[in-house]
Amino acid sequence: MSETVMELKHINKFFGSTQVIHDVNFKVQKGDFVTLLGPSGCGKTTILRMIAGFYEPDSGEIHLAGRQIERVPPYARNTAMVFQEYALFPHMTVFENVAYGLRVRHTEDSVVKKKVGEALELMQLLGMEDRYPNQMSGGQQQRVAVARALVMQPDVLLLDEPLSNLDAKLRESVRVELRSIQQKMGLTTIYVTHDQQEALSMSDSVIVLQKGFLRQQGKPHEIYFAPRTPFVADFIGTTNLIKVNGDDALLVGYDEDTVLQADAVCPKGEHTLSIRPESIRLSEKPSPSATDNIMPVTVVRSMFLGEKMRYFVQDRKGQEWIADIFDPGRKIYEGEVYMLFAADRTHVIEEDD
Amino acid sequence: MEHFLEKLGSAVIKWLQYIGEVVLLFVETLRQMKKPLRIHHMFAQMAHLGVDTLPIVGLTLLFTGMVMTLQVAHEFIRFGAQSTIGGVITIAVGRELGPVLVGVVAAGRVGAAITAEISTMKVTEQIDALRVMATNPVGYLVVPRMLACMFMVPVLTIFGDFIGVVGGWFVAVFRSGISSYLYWHSITMFVEAYDITGGLIKSVVFGIIIAVLGCYCGLKAPNGAEGVGLATTRSVVSAIIMIFCANCFLSLILYQ
Repeated sequence: MSETVMELKHINKFFGSTQVIHDVNFKVQKGDFVTLLGPSGCGKTTILRMIAGFYEPDSGEIHLAGRQIERVPPYARNTAMVFQEYALFPHMTVFENVAYGLRVRHTEDSVVKKKVGEALELMQLLGMEDRYPNQMSGGQQQRVAVARALVMQPDVLLLDEPLSNLDAKLRESVRVELRSIQQKMGLTTIYVTHDQQEALSMSDSVIVLQKGFLRQQGKPHEIYFAPRTPFVADFIGTTNLIKVNGDDALLVGYDEDTVLQADAVCPKGEHTLSIRPESIRLSEKPSPSATDNIMPVTVVRSMFLGEKMRYFVQDRKGQEWIADIFDPGRKIYEGEVYMLFAADRTHVIEEDD
Repeated sequence: MEHFLEKLGSAVIKWLQYIGEVVLLFVETLRQMKKPLRIHHMFAQMAHLGVDTLPIVGLTLLFTGMVMTLQVAHEFIRFGAQSTIGGVITIAVGRELGPVLVGVVAAGRVGAAITAEISTMKVTEQIDALRVMATNPVGYLVVPRMLACMFMVPVLTIFGDFIGVVGGWFVAVFRSGISSYLYWHSITMFVEAYDITGGLIKSVVFGIIIAVLGCYCGLKAPNGAEGVGLATTRSVVSAIIMIFCANCFLSLILYQ
């Protein structure tokens, strides 16, 4: 069983009279890469800054490596942070930037040189020691910022949207590098982002936040395939959210004529069903397998996205659905077609936002 | 009426909070001075904030000394008091014009530079980076700047006083026809050391005001690029007002 390195208990935070964090609780296991994910203003950076020590929670406890730290100043917490703007000191060289934290701790010169050298090697920055930040590209600056954090050997590494200033291609490669370094060092990491792809591809665990509330914590595939609220389902990727009536059975009523099979027993009452666009197939003939749901629909419009074709279809009830057909070839559906999706690709969302 | 009182009350509370926070920053700066000083940081600031301000201080005081002599020389000659012009100009420059004008120029030049630099550091999260790496931003940023201003504003004032008096001499001699000997002699007759040292005491206080307000506004700058501009304007305006206020009280204490 893995060890808990960090725990937040009943954290609340107010800015003036506005409550921005509502009773947030979560645990981080040693060596895990945990991502705080949510749209702008959901409180993810506020939580990260409370962990770093820049903000104090109004109530609740933060435990790090067995210590209660919510009133401990930032420098006494043994955390390291990589900032969105990198926050490199422009008047210092790469070496001086990376060595700064060690020098403040009065580390011996020989140890400083060794540790900085190792960090620079790890971040593929050897040979750039004497450069100033303004002589480097965004990606290189970002790597210096990570190296500066790594040399401190923190109990937990905090990353505040560090890739948001990089272009899409560079972001993807740095994402892979960052994850591999984190795994190599076994470093417990808390990462803040609003990019779902980043969260899903890098994390051991994702925490989804909305308006200061923790909506769900789980492994990436749990968050994606079994969202607990309509917000989580909608925020993580694209999904079809439809209202159905449950009756403590696997079958749920969609409209007067249509009954759908869900992935689990749907409790009595009105609920939301989430079906991902890539789980839907289109067919000109009604040829379902035993586990398929089938529904006649009309293609309203379609969009070619390279690897897939996105169809916007409308059912008899007037509800619009999105269906993604991968590797579409030259086949284009038009007019009246059938929409099929397997029962185990539907997910009943029991909680409301 | 109720609305007006509400607004007035809110403004007073905000103002008191502002003053309180500035005083707290000053106290924290004094506390941080006990720790080992980063001498090279202080000298870098002295060079940056002091030496670079010399030309503008020189020009300001040169023209002020010249204009002042231009205005008073004619009247002094009319009343037969031309033998006192040098002394009067020097006392005016040494006690009031020198320290106040240098203070205002430094608030615009130095205070703005301090705020712009610190608020940029804040916006780019460098100050948070310092904190997370066990560095107190007050000790690292405010202490060297305050010491630099405490030393350099008086140095600029001495330089400004001299240039102002020379400007006065130039107009008195070449425009108003007063003899050079008479001008310098009147200075030795009427001016006491305290007329100059009192002005220097003022300038030390002005230096502290400029540095503390400049750093405060930088540290409290709102986020975003526009935050730097807002903080800089606020710093300059506040420092100039505070310099005039402090000058009034200091004149009452030092010269009454």
